[in-house]
Amino acid sequence: MIRRRKLAEALFKALGLFSLALAIGTLALLFGALISEGAGRIDWQFLTSFPSRRATQAGILPALVGSSLIMLVTAVVGIPLGVAAAIYLEEYARRTWLTELIEVTVTNLAGVPSIIFGLLALGLFVYMLGLGTSILTASLTLALLILPVVIVTTREAIRAIPVHIREAAVALGATKWQTVFHHVLPYSATGILTGIILALSRAIGETAPIVTIGALTFIAFLPPAPVTTQPPFISFEWLMSPFTVMPIQMFAWVSRPGEDFAGNAAAAGLVLVCMTLAMNGLAIYVRYRMRKRVSW
Amino acid sequence: MDVMELPHLESPEDRVWPKLLKAETRALSFSYGNRLALKNVSVPIAEYKITALIGPSGCGKSTFLRCFNRMHDLYPGTRYEGEILLHPGSRNILARDVDPIEVRMRLAMVFQKPNPFPKSVYENVAYGLKVRGLTDRRALEEKVEQALRSAALWEEVKDRLSAQATSLSGGQQQRLCMARALATDPELLLLDEPTSALDPIATANIEELLLDLKQRVTILIVTHNMQQAARVSDWTAFMYLGELVEFGLTKQLFTNPSKKQTEDYITGRFG
Repeated sequence: MIRRRKLAEALFKALGLFSLALAIGTLALLFGALISEGAGRIDWQFLTSFPSRRATQAGILPALVGSSLIMLVTAVVGIPLGVAAAIYLEEYARRTWLTELIEVTVTNLAGVPSIIFGLLALGLFVYMLGLGTSILTASLTLALLILPVVIVTTREAIRAIPVHIREAAVALGATKWQTVFHHVLPYSATGILTGIILALSRAIGETAPIVTIGALTFIAFLPPAPVTTQPPFISFEWLMSPFTVMPIQMFAWVSRPGEDFAGNAAAAGLVLVCMTLAMNGLAIYVRYRMRKRVSW
Repeated sequence: MDVMELPHLESPEDRVWPKLLKAETRALSFSYGNRLALKNVSVPIAEYKITALIGPSGCGKSTFLRCFNRMHDLYPGTRYEGEILLHPGSRNILARDVDPIEVRMRLAMVFQKPNPFPKSVYENVAYGLKVRGLTDRRALEEKVEQALRSAALWEEVKDRLSAQATSLSGGQQQRLCMARALATDPELLLLDEPTSALDPIATANIEELLLDLKQRVTILIVTHNMQQAARVSDWTAFMYLGELVEFGLTKQLFTNPSKKQTEDYITGRFG
């Protein structure tokens, strides 16, 4: 009897281990292939050069700058909007059929294919608002894309704050606003941050919506600098500049014939993975720092 | 309903009644959605005395307590009826034009489970004052020390005011919550089974503290522990199924209850 139950346990353990090995193995293989193909290609020249017809002279500078700038603007636009929407839904909105509907819609939006967002952006930002194929358009598109994810994860993080903590604040005479900003948000910051990083990690690898709005695949200049020599010394012209991003650069190289460009693509992929990992690493670090402060 | 039928007016000659009132409820009813949790409860709260609410679980004593600082307003589908008068001023704090925050500024509450904020000891005690707009550091520090002394916690935490409040022991945490409540000089202190999560020694500490505190603040305490009510309170209200069964001097209620139900409960026949 006991032996049979132990057998079942051993079987399950083996099955679990196998699944784990399969997942990790595939990932390791993929990563290994990227490294073996691309690592040799990454050097200072690769990071600081514009694309070129000759694979050995080509680089990812515009894509690197484009991806970074777009991530920045996406975060600046998407995070406050998403967090604010989540706070409103969770703390202020009354439970009515309308909020229920909004809730379901937001959750479903998180599962809508990203190319649909691209189509929306093409119609709305590029044509109707006349923003063109610019960094701003791409950022707004990706901000829309990550909005549902940010909202859902923020709401979950907020909901995890124990009721008795809120009641303690309220009983002391705190207003709802004070309760949210002094307690709810700081204590749920780790969860919110995790959601944000996950969302941004998804956004940085997005290709479909960026292609849809008409991003360039070959670009030989950088956006205008944000700092100028003439007053007022700060320029937002770069927001309206054409751009390319890492995944598109990768795609452009993959679709070229020839071994050399495949190496470039692998190298670009490696850089992209490193950017994502760096973002996740940052999130883990900040989470670790914050968790030390908050506990109950 | 005729006012003369209110329980505390029915037989004035054989019942002792507190003279100086801090607050009183008049025909207070409360419902969660369709469920009536309190029915016509009228209880006086004597000033600078400890009033205990006893009764079996689910009798509505916590619900009653939480009416005083309008805690139920946080949740949808709750409804008050009747009045809670807060003296002086005899303001009905359930009135529509009364902002619940205004009420909460005058009262303070300590909960069943110690619920310090995951912040430092100092920040916990200072929070109520900060909410009220006090920013002067000297004044804050002074108030925090005073409150911690009132809660008999100062000696234990004076060297680690910046330590995490959650690193304190359970009993210390509850006294910290007490200090947090006292820092804002409340007129009425609401205690919702403050010792139910504590061991006997920590419980004894808190009870001693309550006896000290009643010189300065009126206390309304909910407890499921009858011995505790008998030990610390001056007045006791016994509630059952959302209704007030009996109210009287604690000594009288415990030695010579006038209702059969009260007697059954305090002798341990049910509850």
